[in-house]
Amino acid sequence: MIRRTATAYLFLAPALLIMAFCGVLPIAFVFFYSVHDVFAGNSFIFVGVTWFEQLLTSREFWGALARSLGFSALVLAIEIPLGIYIALRLPARGLVSSVLVVLLAIPLLAPLIVVGYLWKVLTLTETGLLTAAAALVGIDLDMNDPVVVWIILLLMDAWHWTSLVVLLCFAGLRAIPDAYYQAARIDGASGWAVFRHIQLPKLRLVLLIAILLRLMDSFVIYTEAYIVTRGGPGVSTTFLSHELVQTATIQFDLGEGGAMSVIYFLIVLAVSWAFFRLIVPARSRAERSALA
Amino acid sequence: MRQRLSPAPFLYVFALMMPVYWLVTMSFKTNGEIAGQLTLFPAAPTLAQYAVIFGDPAWYFGYVNALIYVALNVAIAVTVAIPAAYAFSRHDFFGHRTLFFGLLMFRMMAPAILLVPFVQVFSDLDLIDTHIAVALAHCFFNVPLAIWILEGFMSAVPRQIDESALIDGYSVPRFFRRIMLPQIAPGIAITAFYCFMFSWIEFLLANALTTIDAKPIAGIMTRAGGVLFGDFALLAAASVIGMLPGIALIVLMKRHLARGFSMGRIL
Repeated sequence: MIRRTATAYLFLAPALLIMAFCGVLPIAFVFFYSVHDVFAGNSFIFVGVTWFEQLLTSREFWGALARSLGFSALVLAIEIPLGIYIALRLPARGLVSSVLVVLLAIPLLAPLIVVGYLWKVLTLTETGLLTAAAALVGIDLDMNDPVVVWIILLLMDAWHWTSLVVLLCFAGLRAIPDAYYQAARIDGASGWAVFRHIQLPKLRLVLLIAILLRLMDSFVIYTEAYIVTRGGPGVSTTFLSHELVQTATIQFDLGEGGAMSVIYFLIVLAVSWAFFRLIVPARSRAERSALA
Repeated sequence: MRQRLSPAPFLYVFALMMPVYWLVTMSFKTNGEIAGQLTLFPAAPTLAQYAVIFGDPAWYFGYVNALIYVALNVAIAVTVAIPAAYAFSRHDFFGHRTLFFGLLMFRMMAPAILLVPFVQVFSDLDLIDTHIAVALAHCFFNVPLAIWILEGFMSAVPRQIDESALIDGYSVPRFFRRIMLPQIAPGIAITAFYCFMFSWIEFLLANALTTIDAKPIAGIMTRAGGVLFGDFALLAAASVIGMLPGIALIVLMKRHLARGFSMGRIL
């Protein structure tokens, strides 16, 4: 075991070195900032939990946290079912299938700045395509209305990322052997039964990945949302990352920004831990069923 | 499974492509036309915006810079992830679960958390405004991702292959070069694809760590009069060009895209 562990760490060494430098080190900095006050840019005074007290009593922080959590919840509620549905309906093979897959993937590789700019121009008053389309069906796309702005941001995120869910599920579905479907047909299973008892169980692991990536990447949204709304109207679309960047780089408040980062980090830690607990049993179950 | 052709995916893809179409037409319009009224086709198509971008190094080097740091990042991430994924796939070592959890956590980290420390670290190292700084910064999300994906593919290769290579007297580097890497070639392509994607689209860190020499196109777009009320047609053209490398990669990868990844044994 010791020899095996030593060999394993030899293989892991380059990756761990990189992660220590670009993961652990910056996090250590953040923890350091969070308990210090900075004077003249480089002299640090230990202030204990002052920044945390200040932050945990600040309405801006709790507001931003609530908005980020709400945004992530809505993103999952829209993108996961929609992604599964499109993946189920996508032709399994052939030229049409590969053309659709290529087109589906295009939004995924649009730089965030382009995504933000695109949805900004789609929703311009008078000359935006979406504004005009909404006007045709009698909806006034008023970008000063927080509800409208939230819908636009959710549409934008769905446009950009639902394809990731589709691609992951599509690959998972293609891995199901035809024999399963033949057996279902002999048993006279309905479409819903096939989905519930064959497709969904086989998609479980892929879906966990999709949910995890979408949950966290939407929770940390910054660029696209900022370009479309600048956090407004008011603070209705100011998410946690906006609050953090604002505090740390624009007000240049390293201590408060550090404290906010530490809390942000603890949330990421908690969510990752929850998923980890969820994933590990799923894996051993999958292994057992593979052996059976 | 045989299925009837459903209209749903076609409608969905059509809806996805409408904004892209809008962006492309805007890039061929004049600012007067964009500000004037809504038109579905450019009234007098012009290449003026593209001429501006390809005529000015300050613009087109934005694409070159972004491609350089993305390529560096993909190379670093895949190179360090291959042996690490092998360790996760083949060894039941002490700390296996803890390390996997650590990687999961860093993949989920917000770039905004790491922004200030990265600026601090890279200025101390005198690496601000270099491609390598951005490439390294993007490792915090791409190295874990690369390890996950590659581990899944490696675990699908039977262990007996390792053992017989060992008996045949293969050295470790030769084993990887001759046996393991050819077996997981599609997995490496998928890994590179997803690493490219997440590095290519990222803005916050890439913009903060660069000033002039390594500024990516996204940073130049925000500077050029502000993305908000700037030159609409010019920014549309810059956006269209910004999407081209991604589209080229998708077309190259089209056979592998539907393979996806399962993160195999770990997840």
